[in-house]
Amino acid sequence: MDKLGVTLSGWDLENPIIAASGTFGYGYEFASWYDINILGSISLKGTTREPRFGNPTPRIAECCGGMLNAIGLQSPGVESVISEEIPKLRSVFKKKVIANVAGFSVAEYVQVAALFDAVEEVALLEINVSCPNVESDGRVFGSTPESVALVCREIKKVVKKPVYMKLSPNVANITEIAQAAESAGADGLVLINTLLGMAVDPATGKPIVSTKVAGFSGPAIKPIALRVIYQVYPNVRIPIIGVGGITCADDVIEFISVGATAVQVGSQNLRDPCVGRDIINELPQKMDEYGIETLGGIVGRSHR
Amino acid sequence: MKKQAFYEIKRNQPLARDIFLMTLVGPMNFEPRPGQFINIKIDGFYLRRPISICSFDEDSMDIIYKIAGNGTDALSKMSPGQKLDVLCGLGNGFDLSLAEGRRIVLVGGGVGIPPLYGLGKALKAAGAEFTAVLGWQTHDQAFFIDEFSAICPTRVVTNDGGIGKKGVVTDILREISYDYYFTCGPEPMLKAVYDLGGNGQLSFEARMGCGFGACMGCSRKTLGGGSKRICMQGPVLRSDEVLFSWINLE
Repeated sequence: MDKLGVTLSGWDLENPIIAASGTFGYGYEFASWYDINILGSISLKGTTREPRFGNPTPRIAECCGGMLNAIGLQSPGVESVISEEIPKLRSVFKKKVIANVAGFSVAEYVQVAALFDAVEEVALLEINVSCPNVESDGRVFGSTPESVALVCREIKKVVKKPVYMKLSPNVANITEIAQAAESAGADGLVLINTLLGMAVDPATGKPIVSTKVAGFSGPAIKPIALRVIYQVYPNVRIPIIGVGGITCADDVIEFISVGATAVQVGSQNLRDPCVGRDIINELPQKMDEYGIETLGGIVGRSHR
Repeated sequence: MKKQAFYEIKRNQPLARDIFLMTLVGPMNFEPRPGQFINIKIDGFYLRRPISICSFDEDSMDIIYKIAGNGTDALSKMSPGQKLDVLCGLGNGFDLSLAEGRRIVLVGGGVGIPPLYGLGKALKAAGAEFTAVLGWQTHDQAFFIDEFSAICPTRVVTNDGGIGKKGVVTDILREISYDYYFTCGPEPMLKAVYDLGGNGQLSFEARMGCGFGACMGCSRKTLGGGSKRICMQGPVLRSDEVLFSWINLE
């Protein structure tokens, strides 16, 4: 294995740095900032079956150490992503990508996943289970082991590509949910999605984001993401992609040490559009400094 | 084109109550266009602050901003010589070609006025004739009246009547003759200008995450069922594509 290379379910990545879904558009938006081919891969904006505008604005608020967002799955719909957005990305990015699959019913997840499964540029399916189940009790799929397992099992029946479940940390016992995903056939996990948070205008007492509560992300959530990965890693056999507050090469090494095989860089892309490139350039020097020969060799070393 | 670079603060001085003028010196090779904005990183704040470019030349640009919160307050306390990490070349800017041969009016409200100054300079350089209508809530917020007066006939209106006519910008627009407008300011003012009819371009303000199309935090519904990301496909929209009732359509 080479120094930076990692493998996710048989898919070889040149390095472990993946742009996180929802913070990188459809990828081509970043081609004017730097040559994005340096990235390990890109996880596309979460995609639903039908076109959706998403939530009313304001959808964004700043907070200490990060930000809140409630975009509400704005999407042109899966068919448009496949016919328009992926070809635009292909003109500036030569590697395979991760498709982020969203849905408001089990059937929608299955249909979107099946359509992406047939796309050559897609290497892996990342399932965002932080959507409400509108055909049931309206709770998010990610909130119980049973509903995560159901979504995973039904998708696995119809797709050939690896399925990674992106789990919400807004649960009592995430290890239980990770194990349920593994038992249902998940090929890997993406840990973690945003935490539920809130921002309030002190002058009026009113919530700043239109949905009142929103997803909290940024450097402030890194300790939580590390803790979740550390707790889940010894209890599953499938690989973990770590995400949550990563801003530098040290963060990447920490995430891999607690059990991640690869990582995603999210909110920091919005603040520093070139952060993905900068981390990749910084990583070999940090590895040399710490005497790390390969990233594959340090996965989970915090547990040893 | 989009560029990230460091710019040195050459001046950072108050223009009016809570309003500051900052001159930034650095690479101007991003092909700036009137109506574009920059996104400034401020120490201690996670998200950048998007601010429209007022005017620019070969080696510097001026921005005019209002202290609207802790971030812009921190910006107002920075000193000449300090450097800022800036994303440049953001947004589409105004399309001057659509106004060719028209009787043009520039309609600005508050901190929506600065990008219209750069536009006015470009229109003047192109030989166009135009009028400016500038409005503020109170007279102590007014700025750049002399600068505008030097390039075009300028009409001023304030809600408190402290400077110029007492009233709102549309009071003046009803008195003058024009067949194309460029406008920037608070949403109710943009809607009032739009509601008078005619063709033009409107520059919108929005709460943004990134400023370059990545997060979709600033999407706005447009006429015909679509939407645009204000940061990337705006901030300037044509009057034939804007929709003001969109929030009620949710």
